[in-house]
Amino acid sequence: MKVDASCRYTETHEWVRVEGNEATAGITDHAQEQLSDIVYVELPEVGETFAKGDAFAVVESVKAASDCYMPIGGEIIEVNEELGESPELVNKDPYGAGWFIRFKVSDASELEDLMDAAAYEEFVAKEEAEGGH
Amino acid sequence: MSYIPHTEADRAAMLAEIGVETIADLFLDVPEAVRFPELRLPEPLSEMEILRELREMSERNTDLDHYACFLGAGAYNHFIPSTVSHVTGRAEFYTAYTPYQPEISQGTLQSIYEYQTMVCQLTGMEVANASHYDGATSLAEAALMAVSISRGRRKKIVISPLVHPEYRQTLRTYIRGTELMVTGDEDLTRELDDLKAMLDENTACLIIQNPNFLGQLEDVNGLADAVHEAGALFVVAVDPISLALFKPPGEYGADIVVGEGQSLGNQLNFGGPYLGIFACREKYVRRMPGRLVGATVDTEGRRGFVLTLTPREQHIRREKATSNICTNEALCALAAGAYLVTMGKHGLRKVAELCYHKAHYAAQHIAEIPGFELVGDRPFFKEFVVRCPKAPAEINRRLLERKIIGGYELGRAYSHLADCMLFCVTEMNTKEEIDHLVGALREIGGG
Repeated sequence: MKVDASCRYTETHEWVRVEGNEATAGITDHAQEQLSDIVYVELPEVGETFAKGDAFAVVESVKAASDCYMPIGGEIIEVNEELGESPELVNKDPYGAGWFIRFKVSDASELEDLMDAAAYEEFVAKEEAEGGH
Repeated sequence: MSYIPHTEADRAAMLAEIGVETIADLFLDVPEAVRFPELRLPEPLSEMEILRELREMSERNTDLDHYACFLGAGAYNHFIPSTVSHVTGRAEFYTAYTPYQPEISQGTLQSIYEYQTMVCQLTGMEVANASHYDGATSLAEAALMAVSISRGRRKKIVISPLVHPEYRQTLRTYIRGTELMVTGDEDLTRELDDLKAMLDENTACLIIQNPNFLGQLEDVNGLADAVHEAGALFVVAVDPISLALFKPPGEYGADIVVGEGQSLGNQLNFGGPYLGIFACREKYVRRMPGRLVGATVDTEGRRGFVLTLTPREQHIRREKATSNICTNEALCALAAGAYLVTMGKHGLRKVAELCYHKAHYAAQHIAEIPGFELVGDRPFFKEFVVRCPKAPAEINRRLLERKIIGGYELGRAYSHLADCMLFCVTEMNTKEEIDHLVGALREIGGG
């Protein structure tokens, strides 16, 4: 499992990278591994606003379709159109070319609840030890 | 002979496990007066005797082998070639439930795939699902799909009053308890222009039926543009037989096409089981309810068929699934497929032409009877509205005495058409039958 030190992480396996008052988000390397081959990502529309924890996208693999939840609240300013043609980018490069959304951060203080890379690694290890998925 | 596998010892063990002494104790919560009512059943009969009794009962039914039928209104008496029952009766298909596992079900899956393909060709759409329970279910599912495509933001469903009244009722049952609203048909005289004016940024879809419930072809020119300008979807309910003769909804901008598929090779069956046709544009396929069969290749490159896009369904997506329906009407869909294959493009067109010409012959002659009048000036397919000089129920009662099943009494669903009947004529009605109907109406109307 790879992690990216520049990101913060949720317990539902999304990452977020904040730069100024804008942020980029996607799903973690661990999440894409668990989902296996991703065949479709349903993304929100530019201009939509979501609160922290709202479902903003659906990621569909050959075995499941799962919701993705906003790591922190914000207004969508861009979605990754590339994923329409090439959903496999999520499998190949989850923290880079496989990003989902860019959004304007509503409240940066919400970041404080999220894990850093080391804490997330520990969280995943613990989840797996408990037989989670 | 007992078919129940439990022994007395099994029962005693189960009762002891849950701490109850007798099976009767399990029913103690039911009030005593109704717990074990005396049923006063007759003595048991032998198989031979019971068959005789049931046959006598069934012969009291009015059936289409002995009556001329001019009743349609959503259920249609069309010819069914014998190839259809030959195919549907094969043991490989004739199961109580549909096996979907590709390893053992290539025949079933291929038949569904071919059915889907033909529904696409008929409707002019890009994808069709494996079917729903009936036309009403398909229509309600289409409305929910339109809402879901708007990501739940649009909550208004505009529907024409000339969509089948029972479909509209089913739609209202579907949305009960939700935030959705069905509108458009509160005033039963509303026309398409009135409905157009009701479209707004909260509208998920406009639903029309074409030909409409009164058998008339709607003027759909520019309608799809108006719907799409409002950001809504255009849903059309069809009679599939009509599509062999008239422009399919795919050609006039429909986003979702639904319909009752009973008329394709399925018996009237006293009202069911029927077949819900459902097709849509490919860009909406992931929001499409129901099962979908796709073609693929196996590890050796051979063509095969599998259920596809199943992660949309409720066994995986639970409450977020595209629909609560995780099955299809496989045997009826198989009958529709066998029917369409047997008829072919030209055969189906001939059926539609016969319906059209015979209906127009009947309408013309009924309109010539003093007191009877054709209602509406729109072109029609195989059904038409007639204003009657006497109460439609009375006319129907007297037609039945003459072994004729008359038209649908429109007052049952349209109060402003209480003195009108909706007659249906298909290829099954001979010229003699139509002349017999006209003669009977002349007698009944006059005296």
